[in-house]
Amino acid sequence: MIGAPDVVAFTKEDDFGEVGYPNPWVVPEEFSVPLFPSNNNANPWAKTSYAKFTKDFILISEFSEQVGPQPLLTIPDDPKVFGTFDLNYFSLRIMSVDYQASFVGHPTGSGYPRLSFVEDSRVVLGDSKEGAFAYVHHLTLYDLEARGFVRPFCMAYVSADERKIMLQFQELSLLFSRASECLKTGNRRAFARELQRKLRDLEYTRSVLQKEEGLQREAGPQGCYSARAVDKANELAAMEKSIYEHRDLLRQITSYPLRPRRDPHAAHCQHCVTESQRHRDAPPGPDRDTGEEAGQRRQSYTPQLIKGKSAKCFAKRLKNLTELCEERFYEATVELLNHTERCFRGDLCYLYTRRLDRALRRKQNITNFLFEEELGEEEEEVAVLGRIFCSLNHTVGTDSHIHTPSIVLCPEPPESVEVLEVNPPCPDNSAQQSEALTGEERLESSLSDLTMETQDQESSEENKDSFSSDRSGGEEEEEGREGGDQTPVFLLEAEEGGEGETHRVCEREGEAEGVFNRKREGEAEGVFNGEREGEAGVLGREEGGAGREEGGAETEEGGAETEEGGAETEEGGAETEEGGAETEEGGAETEEGGAETEEGGAETEEGDGQRVPDPELLVQMDTACCMSQEGFLYNSSPPDTLPASGLQPGSLPLPLVVNQEPQALLPVQGDYGLGSPHCPSPGAGLDLPVSSSGDTTSRGSDQDGWDCTMSASTGSERAGSPLGYGGLVTLRQKKRAGQGALRFVRQYPFALHALWSLLSGRTLVVLGSEEGRVRRLVSALALYVPGPGRCGERVQPWLSCPFSLTDLQRWKLIGLQRMASPVGTSMLCSLSRYSRYISVLDADRKTLRCPGYRGTLLANVADHRTRLRRGSTYFLHLQNVLSRLASRAFLLSFTHHLHLPISHLEQRQEVEERTRGFLRDQLRLGEDDCSILMYLSQLITQHYLDSTSGGAVTTQPHLEKDNTPGTTQQDLELVA
Amino acid sequence: MLRWILGGREAQGSVEKNPVLFIGEEQPKNWFTELQVLKGHFDIVRFLVQIDDFRFASAGDDGLVLVWNVETGERLLELRGHSQQITAMTAYTHTSGENTHTSLITASSDRTLSLWDPETGNRVQTVSDLQSSVKCLLVLERLCVWVSGGNELCVWNRDFQLQCQSHLVSQGISATVELPKNCIAASCILYEPLCCPCISSEPRLTMSTGSRLSVAEVRRLSDHQDSIHALININDGLFASGSHVGELILWDAVDWTIMAYEHILWEESQTDTQAEIRLAAPKPSEMSIQQLTSDGELMVAAVGSGLYVYSVITKSVVAYRKTAHDSNVLHTMLLPDGGLMSCSEDGSVRIWEMQDLLLPAEPASAGFFGMWTFGRSNKQAGPPVKKVLELPSLRTLELTGDLIGHSGAVQMFVSFGEKGLVTCSTDHLLIAWKNRERESHLRSLALFRKLEENGGL
Repeated sequence: MIGAPDVVAFTKEDDFGEVGYPNPWVVPEEFSVPLFPSNNNANPWAKTSYAKFTKDFILISEFSEQVGPQPLLTIPDDPKVFGTFDLNYFSLRIMSVDYQASFVGHPTGSGYPRLSFVEDSRVVLGDSKEGAFAYVHHLTLYDLEARGFVRPFCMAYVSADERKIMLQFQELSLLFSRASECLKTGNRRAFARELQRKLRDLEYTRSVLQKEEGLQREAGPQGCYSARAVDKANELAAMEKSIYEHRDLLRQITSYPLRPRRDPHAAHCQHCVTESQRHRDAPPGPDRDTGEEAGQRRQSYTPQLIKGKSAKCFAKRLKNLTELCEERFYEATVELLNHTERCFRGDLCYLYTRRLDRALRRKQNITNFLFEEELGEEEEEVAVLGRIFCSLNHTVGTDSHIHTPSIVLCPEPPESVEVLEVNPPCPDNSAQQSEALTGEERLESSLSDLTMETQDQESSEENKDSFSSDRSGGEEEEEGREGGDQTPVFLLEAEEGGEGETHRVCEREGEAEGVFNRKREGEAEGVFNGEREGEAGVLGREEGGAGREEGGAETEEGGAETEEGGAETEEGGAETEEGGAETEEGGAETEEGGAETEEGGAETEEGDGQRVPDPELLVQMDTACCMSQEGFLYNSSPPDTLPASGLQPGSLPLPLVVNQEPQALLPVQGDYGLGSPHCPSPGAGLDLPVSSSGDTTSRGSDQDGWDCTMSASTGSERAGSPLGYGGLVTLRQKKRAGQGALRFVRQYPFALHALWSLLSGRTLVVLGSEEGRVRRLVSALALYVPGPGRCGERVQPWLSCPFSLTDLQRWKLIGLQRMASPVGTSMLCSLSRYSRYISVLDADRKTLRCPGYRGTLLANVADHRTRLRRGSTYFLHLQNVLSRLASRAFLLSFTHHLHLPISHLEQRQEVEERTRGFLRDQLRLGEDDCSILMYLSQLITQHYLDSTSGGAVTTQPHLEKDNTPGTTQQDLELVA
Repeated sequence: MLRWILGGREAQGSVEKNPVLFIGEEQPKNWFTELQVLKGHFDIVRFLVQIDDFRFASAGDDGLVLVWNVETGERLLELRGHSQQITAMTAYTHTSGENTHTSLITASSDRTLSLWDPETGNRVQTVSDLQSSVKCLLVLERLCVWVSGGNELCVWNRDFQLQCQSHLVSQGISATVELPKNCIAASCILYEPLCCPCISSEPRLTMSTGSRLSVAEVRRLSDHQDSIHALININDGLFASGSHVGELILWDAVDWTIMAYEHILWEESQTDTQAEIRLAAPKPSEMSIQQLTSDGELMVAAVGSGLYVYSVITKSVVAYRKTAHDSNVLHTMLLPDGGLMSCSEDGSVRIWEMQDLLLPAEPASAGFFGMWTFGRSNKQAGPPVKKVLELPSLRTLELTGDLIGHSGAVQMFVSFGEKGLVTCSTDHLLIAWKNRERESHLRSLALFRKLEENGGL
């Protein structure tokens, strides 16, 4: 017989252990953090390697069939990111790991070339010598001119920390899969289009050949074929075969989304699948686009005669990444990668903390409005991580977000016009979507009637005469190579080379401009820093020693060139976190930037098209064939510098810059100086339309948040906007404000009382005659305002008219101008009239008038002898304290017995007594601290009532009077 | 206190003028700890009328009548129709069977009278083209009629049909009071300096058998020396009137004889050296009786910027404060707990408590106001005899709280008991003053109700 204890022991694990009783002490899954391997008490922040780069970056490389592995692009696109790190060597390493030796030519048993749909592969590799570790994501793009139609690429997340990559593998894999998927979708579309064009050429050539053959047959004697006629017939047969193969290729590529995927991450959007299924099932009818529009297109495109010759392998210019994919897909990918880079910025510890922070904040969404910033965009970021990414944006919700900038950024491509004729007109987003949808459709339809899009002419025509004739598919290429049939048309080749060179020269020019811009920016940045330094210096002088070192710190931040390493973990952290928010906030701006970039790209393209090959450049064709070593570097830059510079080649950048408002440069510099990847292209700010400069100005000055007053006072529309932020108050601005808050706390011994006023719901009026100082104080103190509103609605940074009672209800923190005019006296009258509802902080005389605080809760956020030195550190400390307050207030609000009578006989007074007892005995709070909690609790209650009622009932904010019985509050007049 | 802000003394005087009256934030007896601003009017708000236990209507110079919910602060209805400022408003409750229905009657300077249904916001009845604008409205529930007073006195029935009207005097009627003696109404005529010194008349409303009403003047009581500002009913047997120069007369409601006569002089008579000047040009408002309130036993007179509590029973002054406010007191109210509330042109509402005087050495002396007491028999007899007040009976008015929020004169207030108090002001605002603890308790209850509806967080 088994004793009971045995049974328990036996069954404990599976029966009693987890049934309904989770151990309360076990940390939930989302809050768990992998332990740091505690070997020898190693400092987790110690630099684990001696990598030559200072922070993580993303590298895109290609295994070029001409030159071998070569780096194409880094994200962030900034040479100082990778420093002296040898990208070429590292490209070799990562590409050699998984070079997709894809199958070329005929598979046995099949007569036609097959496209090998290669799944992406993901590996982690390290180079201990270089101290670099990388998550490497290999992908294959299709190129009609490439060997075997494939171009192997890889995207690598390069980091010095191996653990980071190992532990973040899943997330990295997800994000990179999305980027890859985006790239591949664009590539398939481009490939299909190229195939169609090729098919048209082939058919045209065939018709020409047929004609010629017919002529020859007629010319020649009956039944006897001349050698030329036989030649022609062979050629014709080859052409037929080629056409057949290309059709087959087109069919393959079109049916791509339907094939089964092995890759778990590369799941497809169901919408895409059904779409393409539908189109496959439906017979491709010629009725799709008939009529005049087809006719027009036929007219506008003249098919080329294809020479059955193959050019030298090295003589051709391979398409670059932008050409391989459609422009907007490429940009979307870059945007995604930028986002990825931002997501993984900071060290592992930081990433974990951030994840925990998010998880926690999701848990406490009822109190988040009090002190936390909006979770919205981060929430989405997290959600997107787990969502199947569809680069065609079928997924609802992705469209407005940064992850799919193809929607937002691109101006409507011309193709969508014709699509819109097929589909009913729809709003912007869905227009894109439908355009994307009918992309497949169009492929099918144009397969049937073989009309070409005229739109692509521009970009492809130059290629056409030059090298698409050289290789009419892999087979011909093979033939050509095998047969050694090398009769290149020299002129053509030369032209091609020249063109390639031209292209590259343009690129070079572009880069030179880029460099120039950067230099200019550097200059401007220097000036800017100088200003800021100057101001910081002034502040320091004004405010004593405490201010000075922060001024120094800020200069450092501004400088950033030198600081990157040390400050990176913290500053970079700040930036990473706010990255999403920032882009969200500056959505319009991003859009503009994107549009501008697009424009720039178009311009460059145009410039290319217009450019007549220079005789001088023709001379250089030899070098064009074999790319030199520095050719790599140049080659690596074009994809980004070209669209980025946004300047027409040949036009001087200087007048463009001069035309801008001077402040339009600031945001870029701010970003640049802080090492933020927000603007990947240094020149992006240059072409911003003037109308947007207001936005950028405000944003730029917000970024420094604290020292922005000079520009702030000039921006007229900013005065109206709460906090001068002009939009959402982002975490970054809050962290910036943390610096000011720390300064406030250290400078004013009475800060405690001021903070108590804010936290207990008493409006604080900052009175001063100097706008800059008042605004600074307000933006610093805004950190302490509970429930400041999404855009800081409860804060009025600068008010120059007398306020009324309703203003006091609306704003909890007011910056008020002291004036000597009659307006001023009436303002003072209102100050004295409402003196019981407000605390007055006189910024000029450094006095504070408010009830005195005798609690303990706030002691360690307002210690003017605090050891904290950094604003962001103080901010985190403050967040810590405030979130504890918020959680207590939550407890107070939602504990039943504190608000509901236990028995029917109980009166309100008894319940209130119980609440007071709870605060006093259980939370051990004094009277003053209770008032903080009461206020917070009341805010929570109101917020809950308002938010769940759908906002239909707008209860007006209440104004409390601080005459709680029992306390003896007297006004303090404190002088700093 | 605000010297540091002001940097000078120019605006300081107003603040520190009454240091005695300044009460800090420490007001334990003031339970109005939360305020809610009700915005809606865009001109001076002059009238507040309570409709039921949670609704009230406000009206003012913008011609708008707004109906509010005092509990939520919600604006329920907006009654538009008057093109000019509203001069009088009253609630008109009539009972049909067991359900009572309250309507609103408003009068405006555009010489219209309107009847509103506060449930639907409909304008039920309108009378326009009156000969003069109506200054006061009085509902006589017993007769199911109501009286409007302007330049003439008109009697209307429930359906807005004019029953009768009379031109009593050439001057306008500013206040009317219903008197107990059957079918008697009293009206009070504005003083006009060019005419005979003072007129007070009592039209008698007689109902003939054929349910026809007629109104006729019965008697004029012309005992006031100056224009009469206030006229109230005290109880079934008494009514009172107050005049511009501080005369307060208690009348017998039945036979209209003077029960008591007080002349509030404050200290003007006492000042020695400056007396000549002061007396020569006394500030008229200093002694003017703006408003009278009574709960049947006590009567409060708003005299200038002071308050004056008079016991109807003992016919003596119970308590007074000469400078209760910085400016004229506009409205007063007796609180159920023996307190007193007053609002003033200085924008504040003050809550007073009548406390027994602990120290006999009260600085008040007989000189503060002269008092003449008349018996019913010796009215108008001989020169009034100045009597020294019996000190023990005198109590003080102690300030227990003030409500500061309005930036203009507080015109009027209406109390909803523990639900709060609503004030209206020249700053176009209404403020609902509430008890924070009660409100937060209610909010908590709402929270848990909602929580239950949502099924948890």
